[in-house]
Amino acid sequence: MTQWESVIGIECHVELKTNSKMFCACPNEFGGEPNTKVCPVCLALPGALPVANKIAIEHMIRAGLAFGAEIPEFSKFDRKNYFYPDMPKDYQISQYAMPLTQGGAVRYWLADGSMKECRLTRIHLEEDTGKSLHAGTTGRIAGSSHSLIDFNRAGVPLMECVSEPELHSADEAIGYLEALKRTFVQLGISDVKMEEGSLRCDANVSIRPAASTELGTKAEIKNMNSFRSVHRAIESEIARQIEIVQSGGRVVQETRGWDEGAGRTHTMRSKEQTHDYRYFPDPDLVPVEVDRELVESIRTALPELPHERFARYRGHLKLTPAQATQLIEDAALGDYFDACVSASGHAQQSANFVLGDLARLANENRMALYDSPVRPEHVGELVRMVESKTINSKIAKDLIARMWAGDGSPAAIVEREGLAQSSDVGTIDPFIDEVLRANEKSVMDFRAGKTNVLGFLVGQVMKASAGKANPRIVQERMREKLG
Amino acid sequence: MPSQEIDIRYVAKLARIALTDEEVEVFGRQLGDLLGHVEALSELDTASIAATAQVVESRNVEREDVVSGCLERERVLEMAPQAQGVYFRVPRIIAEET
Ligand SMILES: [Zn+2]
Repeated sequence: MTQWESVIGIECHVELKTNSKMFCACPNEFGGEPNTKVCPVCLALPGALPVANKIAIEHMIRAGLAFGAEIPEFSKFDRKNYFYPDMPKDYQISQYAMPLTQGGAVRYWLADGSMKECRLTRIHLEEDTGKSLHAGTTGRIAGSSHSLIDFNRAGVPLMECVSEPELHSADEAIGYLEALKRTFVQLGISDVKMEEGSLRCDANVSIRPAASTELGTKAEIKNMNSFRSVHRAIESEIARQIEIVQSGGRVVQETRGWDEGAGRTHTMRSKEQTHDYRYFPDPDLVPVEVDRELVESIRTALPELPHERFARYRGHLKLTPAQATQLIEDAALGDYFDACVSASGHAQQSANFVLGDLARLANENRMALYDSPVRPEHVGELVRMVESKTINSKIAKDLIARMWAGDGSPAAIVEREGLAQSSDVGTIDPFIDEVLRANEKSVMDFRAGKTNVLGFLVGQVMKASAGKANPRIVQERMREKLG
Repeated sequence: MPSQEIDIRYVAKLARIALTDEEVEVFGRQLGDLLGHVEALSELDTASIAATAQVVESRNVEREDVVSGCLERERVLEMAPQAQGVYFRVPRIIAEET
C-alpha cells in the first residue's frame, strides 16, 4: 500500500501588544464594553486618516529578526478589498507586495528533543477586524436572523505569519506554533492567548505519496480554538484525505471548518471562485523606509531566544527535553534557574530542585518561584551542600521549606544549627558502637550470613545521629566493625 | 484599452452593485473611455523612472504609541443605520457556512 506523507503550512494571525491601535489612538485592549474603544479612524468615518503606530512597526522588525528574516529597506501598506460587516472600511489595510519582513525560519523542537526548522514565507502587518455575534436561533451564522457588531477590536495591529508548507505531522505543526508563541512572548510583542483570540491560526493540509515532491491538493482548515484542536483537526484531516485517495477519489481544494464536538472537519465554502481582493497601495499611508540603525539596535537588544536557550540547556547543561521545555515556557523561571546554576555550578541538581520541591511549593502557594523569598544564591548554596554531601536529602528538604518560609541562607542555617552531615570517623564511631551494643541479635544474624540486616543497622545509626552521619561512611565503618 | 476588455458585470459584482443591462452598456462604455484616456500615458518614455506606489514624497509618517480619547458609544450608535443594544446591527452574514 502507498505510504502517504502529509504536508502542512500554517497561517497565523497574532495581535501585537501595543498601547494603542494600529492606525488610531484608541486603546488596544482585549474585551471591554462593546463599541467603546472606537474613533472616526477605526470606524472608517468619512475624512478620517490613518497614521501608522511606530511601536507596531518596531515589533514587526523584532519578530522578523528573531526568525532571521530579511527586513527590506522599503515597505508599504496596501488595501485588501472585500466586504464583510465586521470590517468598517470595506477594505483591510494590509501588506501585499512589500511586507516588513520576508523569509526567515522558525526553529522548533519535538517532545523527544529533536530540533526542526520550518521556513517562513513572510510576516506582514495588518489591522484586525471587529467581532460579530450571530444573533437569532442557533448562535451560528446559519439560521441567524442578523448579526451584531462590536468594533473594539477593529484596527488592532495584527501580524500574519505565513509558513512554507514544510511541516509533516500534527506534532510538528504544534511544535512550530509553540515556538512562535514562546518567541513572541519572549520578545514581549504579543500576549499570544488563543482563548482571547490574540493568536488565531489556519492550517493548509495536503497529502502526497511519500516519495513524491509535488504538492497535493490542499484543504484550508479553520475554526481551531486551541493547540489541542489544531492537533486533532490536522490528524483528522490527514486521515480523511488518505481515505478519499485510497478509495479512488480526489481531494478538492476548499475551506473546511473544524467541528470540535464531532471531531472532524466539514466543508465551509467552495474556493473555486477565488477571492479577488484587488490589492493596491493605500493612498492614505506613506511608505515606510526602515531605518537601518533602528534595525541594528533592535537586533543588538534581542534577548536569548527560546530555541537558543533550548540548545544551551540540552547541549551544555545536559537537561532532559522536558526539563528544558519547562524552563523555557516561563522565561523568568529560566532566568532564575540560570542564576541558580551560576551560584551552584550544578545544572542537573539545580533543575531537580527548581522543577521539583520548589516548583511544588510555588504551585501550592500560587506564587511564581522567582517572586518567592527563595533567592537563587540560596538554591546555589543548597545544591553545593548536597553535592558535597555536607547535608543529606532529608535535611535538604527541610531546608527548602525553611527557605520558602523566609529563613534565608541555608548554609547559615546549617552552620548555626549544626546540621552538617558528618564524615568524621571520630564522630560517627560512637553512634555505631552504641547501635551494635543495642542490637546484638542483628549482629549475630549478620555474622551468620544474613547480610541484609546491614541496612537496618545503618538506619539505626542515621536515626541516632539525627540524620547527620554520612551514610556511606557509616556503612563502611559498620562493615569493618562487623568483620 | 477598448471597453470590451472590462468585464463590467464582474466588476459590479465585486462592488456589490446591481446593474441593469442598459447600465452595463453605459458604464462599460464610460469605463472603457476612461481607460483609453489613461492609456495616453503609455506614449511617455518611462524607462528611466522608478516605479512608485505613492505620488507624495514623504516617508515614515508615524505616531507615538499613545492612547487618547474615543467617541461616546451613544453618539457612535446614533450614526449607525441600525443598532441593537450596545451593538451595530447588520443583515445576517451569509455565504460563509453551508
Ligand atoms: Zn480608533
